[in-house]
Amino acid sequence: MKLETLKADLVERLGLEEAIKLAGKKTVPVHKHTFWYFWGGISLFSFLIQVVTGILLMVYYRPGPEAYESVRQITYQIQFGWLIRSVHNWSANFFLFSVFVHMFSVFLMKAYRRPREVGWYSGIALLLLGLTFGFSGYLLPMDELSFFATKVGMEIPNAIPIIGPPIANLLRGGLEVNEFTVQRFFALHVVILPLLYMPLLGLHLWMVQKHGNAAPPSEEAKEPSQRKTMPFFPNFVAQDLGVWLIVLNLISLLAALFPWQLGPQADPLAAAPEGIHPEWYFMSQFAMLKLIGRVIPGLAGEAAAMTLFTLGLVLWAMIPVFDKDKTNTKRSRQVLYFGIFVILVLLSTTFMGFVI
Amino acid sequence: MKDEQEMVLTDPSSPSSPEDVSRRKFLQTGVFGACAIYIGAIGYPVFRYLNSPVEASQLASAVKEVTLDKANELAVGTAFMFKFGTSPALLIHHADGSWVAMSAVCTHMGCTVKFDEGAKKITCACHGGVFDAATGENISGPPPRPLERYDVKVNDASVVVTKIS
Ligand code: HEM
Ligand code: FES
Repeated sequence: MKLETLKADLVERLGLEEAIKLAGKKTVPVHKHTFWYFWGGISLFSFLIQVVTGILLMVYYRPGPEAYESVRQITYQIQFGWLIRSVHNWSANFFLFSVFVHMFSVFLMKAYRRPREVGWYSGIALLLLGLTFGFSGYLLPMDELSFFATKVGMEIPNAIPIIGPPIANLLRGGLEVNEFTVQRFFALHVVILPLLYMPLLGLHLWMVQKHGNAAPPSEEAKEPSQRKTMPFFPNFVAQDLGVWLIVLNLISLLAALFPWQLGPQADPLAAAPEGIHPEWYFMSQFAMLKLIGRVIPGLAGEAAAMTLFTLGLVLWAMIPVFDKDKTNTKRSRQVLYFGIFVILVLLSTTFMGFVI
Repeated sequence: MKDEQEMVLTDPSSPSSPEDVSRRKFLQTGVFGACAIYIGAIGYPVFRYLNSPVEASQLASAVKEVTLDKANELAVGTAFMFKFGTSPALLIHHADGSWVAMSAVCTHMGCTVKFDEGAKKITCACHGGVFDAATGENISGPPPRPLERYDVKVNDASVVVTKIS
């Protein structure tokens, strides 16, 4: 029984009784939508994969003028470098995908209502940081696609009246995307963003532990005796780990079968390649810019599209303000319709982005 | 894990038959096996990835021969440092006209040694090791072995240094 005594000793020394008590008391609602509770954990797991593979990439990656050459070496010379890079890319996409799924399922289960508002707000911030991770990482290899994606992406802050251009210039470290841009995007990607992300993630996870998973309104409507739950530990944790294993296998398989490509080196004088488009997670904005640009040409159209998008985002973030309580009021139904509208717009414009 | 089995056997609240125990054992072996496969499948690529430059430099250090262009013009009584594979080496053109090449890696703790033209000795600044400049023999100080000698062939355009196998 040596193991047992060691465990008891550790619990006592580290003061883990509180955490164990909390985890032991926590339960997870069981109903036909329980599956969606896994997506937060999936997001967490793919973020952990990003941390591990990102640190491995940092072993060989060199920002600045040598960026492309170093990614070329990682991809073609370093043993299994192609695989690490491929996993970092596939898992980045998977990470953002699961964050979106998680957010929409939280929305549909109305899990942002009292007392879970902080979970919602921190989640929105985590999503925005996640998108910034993706945007900054995408430039790092400095191939043709990353160069143009960043060039175009920088036009968005650039279009903000008066303060826009100096902000874009500061972010770029110049009037054009250049090696200073890679250097500062690198600092953003591997130092500043993780530094902001980790404590926020801690807060977010603490909120989940503290308040538990919200049951959807259809469950809330049932008699308490009719509702089923399972213990968080070990039942839900075991299922979580099972899902993580599936995700690990899926990402490894995709990364190995479809190695992430490296395009030709960015050439500031070359024309943009045909059919260039952003990653899918920026596709909706891209399509809206294009669509609105057809109706309102020029800068005015750009400003209109961006205002619309920003407004939508602000409203989306403020959902807990409009729909506070457990009751099924007119307000809360309006919020539901607004949310479904937002989801449909995002899905359809993302889809359009690929075809127009 | 053995402890847990004992716990099951002695725990009166869960009487277990021998079949239960062997099933448990089977499951445990399976889980451990699967974990080992995953650790291997992740650990191996990560090790090879991190070890990549080591493999590259091992390949480079396997060099058997180095041609030093124009080294034949090296003045009498002076020496010249060059890279043999991945490590530093010394080419000495002695006052008597003889040519000597040897590894410049001290056999004590790996510092790079230096040809002392005045004393005609090879010295190591780290712990005061002294070697014979003609033979590479360790003369005094802590070095336990002579410096590794190489074959030298001088022609009218270069010096060719070869590992003695
Ligand atoms: C602490 C966490 C992270 C570290 C240390 C890290 C580190 C790195 C490094 C060194 C690179 C350059 C190598 C290369 O371009 O192949 C890179 C690229 C990249 N990162 Fe990260 N990263 C982290 C998290 C993330 C996250 C959360 C995302 C999610 C969106 C992400 C997305 C990307 C992308 C899309 C690239 C471009 C990869 C390529 O095309 O090669 N990273 N990252
Ligand atoms: S390393 Fe040369 S004498 Fe110690």
